[in-house]
Amino acid sequence: MTEPAGFSLDVENLTVSIPLAAGTLRAVRGISFRVNQGETLCIVGESGCGKSLTSLALMGLLPAKAVRGADRLTLNGVDLTALSERQMSDVRGESMAMIFQEPMTSLNPAYTIGNQLEEALRRHRPVSRAEARERAIHLLEKVGITAAASRLQQYPHQLSGGLRQRVMIAMALMCGPDLLICDEPTTALDVTIQAQILHLLRDLQREFHMAIILITHDLGVVARMADRVAVMYAGEIVETGTAAEVFAAPSHPYTKGLLQCIPIPGRTKRGEHLGSIPGVVPSLIGEIAGCAFANRCPHAADACRSEPPARDLGPGRMVRCVLEPGAVPQMEPA
Amino acid sequence: MLVYTAKRIVLAILVALTISMLVFSLLYLSGDPATALAGESATSDDIEKIRQAYGFDRPVWVQYLSWLGNAAQGEFGNSLYFRLPVWELILERLPTTMTLGVSAMTFAIVLSIPLGVLAAMFPNSLIDRTALFMAVVGQAMPSFWFALMLIVLFAFTWPVLPASGSDTWRHFVLPTIVLGYYATPAFMRLTRTGMLDVLSSDYIRTARAKGLRPWTVLFKHALRNAIIPVVSLAAVQFGFMLGGSVIIETVFALHGAGFLAWESISRSDFPTVQAILLLFSLLYIVLTFLADLLNAWLDPRIRVG
Ligand SMILES: Nc1ncnc2c1ncn2[C@@H]1O[C@H](COP(=O)(O)OP(=O)(O)OP(=O)(O)O)[C@@H](O)[C@H]1O
Ligand code: SF4
Ligand SMILES: [Mg+2]
Repeated sequence: MTEPAGFSLDVENLTVSIPLAAGTLRAVRGISFRVNQGETLCIVGESGCGKSLTSLALMGLLPAKAVRGADRLTLNGVDLTALSERQMSDVRGESMAMIFQEPMTSLNPAYTIGNQLEEALRRHRPVSRAEARERAIHLLEKVGITAAASRLQQYPHQLSGGLRQRVMIAMALMCGPDLLICDEPTTALDVTIQAQILHLLRDLQREFHMAIILITHDLGVVARMADRVAVMYAGEIVETGTAAEVFAAPSHPYTKGLLQCIPIPGRTKRGEHLGSIPGVVPSLIGEIAGCAFANRCPHAADACRSEPPARDLGPGRMVRCVLEPGAVPQMEPA
Repeated sequence: MLVYTAKRIVLAILVALTISMLVFSLLYLSGDPATALAGESATSDDIEKIRQAYGFDRPVWVQYLSWLGNAAQGEFGNSLYFRLPVWELILERLPTTMTLGVSAMTFAIVLSIPLGVLAAMFPNSLIDRTALFMAVVGQAMPSFWFALMLIVLFAFTWPVLPASGSDTWRHFVLPTIVLGYYATPAFMRLTRTGMLDVLSSDYIRTARAKGLRPWTVLFKHALRNAIIPVVSLAAVQFGFMLGGSVIIETVFALHGAGFLAWESISRSDFPTVQAILLLFSLLYIVLTFLADLLNAWLDPRIRVG
């Protein structure tokens, strides 16, 4: 197969399982997607559907007991599954960087901002401290931090949550990665700061030509940021497509449900139910027979007891449901 | 940092003054000091003379202040037993105790911190279980019994080390092990839980996400944060060790200040006991102060407002 020119992340049939006393928790159940250079993929879904484990699996940062499987996991054509832990650490922070949901605790309290920024570059590049410092100041300015040079001497506890997240972004950009994974980067921040950070990410993406995987459970964030969307439910991707396609013609009953009870953008709090689709997510331990959404789906029928097919609706557009997309009626308002 | 240091100094002085009062009042713990000093065959005249000679007839707070004033200059009077200045006696023996204390502390730290780190890196592994076992044994075993076992094993069964005396470094080996081992369980547990806590923290995930080497993650990012409570514990443990040295030096007949304290207690040599108690307490206060400073250096949240 010929690789298209430029950057891409290709994921095929990615799984993450965690052995537990009660059985194997199959948190990510075979998902496939692709992200191209300069593109933003939003992964959206309810709490616990496996978004964070997916991103940690890409970074090779899963908890020790979690097991990753994939038919294909390549970054710029490099097979990440074949890399040793040591080789993987060369990739992390260099061509693939990540920022997290918890800006308050994601920086080491014992070291200055400058120290933590500089080490991100010096780990991967043979540069002097002074050069690393230059780059750190440059990036702090880029992420909109004033008096950047004097911030380098400050410690994390001296900065607000919004500033810390900006520092995290600057840190992720130190080596100029091809891919930036953002796991709910604004969930812990208040609404005005959220908007600023999202705006900043968009600007930086244009400037650095990065690909971004943005994980969120906020459809408002998806609407503002996404080129492409992957809707996740119980460890599977149930629908993908461009943001325009998915918003204009949602094809999976779950996506429809999400869109119908879309909250005021930016107001979903962490852990809050996305909208109000009635019912609960099935247990992720062991196999799920048939469609995982069946117990909450208003269109569930006998046919849904067997594994629903992944329907190809065009290039990069997929829905996992037994129903023909055109045949899905609008869901009753909850 | 300056404000912090100043606060700690004031606190240390207050604690020192409190302790000095306690130490001073020891003199009265066993009843009338003049009677005790005079001995059994003394007449009431003799006792009265001693009372006046030593100033026991003055109000207690005057006695305390003059005692404190003298103590501040290192003047604790003469030993009732040796008839020598107390400070001379102590100065002669302090090096032995300090050598024992420092080597026991070093032994404890060198043994327990790496073990604690390893136990945290590989929880429930063989090494974790071994460390836990050592900790349980260490806590269950009375130190004098452990000392006797070591003497039986290494001084009699295999006579490789001396059982008593303080002439060469070899005399310090067994006492160091006994006194140091006593402190390892607490160090090990605190290091292990601290490391486990820190290793699962978000900033360690960040450090790994940057691609940092495991070594850097462990020693730069994790250990520095995990070690903070251990530093405070070290000061406390050193205090315990000074107390423990009274027993250990007695068992091994090391001629240190601990042994002197033991002898002086049994001889009712009050000035000597007081001086040693005060000295050990002050050492403890100074160490706690230093630990606070070290922690402030390690943790900028203490140091930078
Ligand atoms: N270390 C772990 N041990 C056991 N189960 C885990 C672990 N980490 C995650 N899980 C489980 O795996 C599932 C997916 O977790 P994940 O963190 O990926 O969810 P998420 O989609 O990111 O949710 P959220 O929106 O709350 O962040 C959840 O059911 C979670 O309870
Ligand atoms: S497969 Fe059946 S249950 Fe599942 S989403 Fe489609 S209609 Fe609903
Ligand atoms: Mg998550």
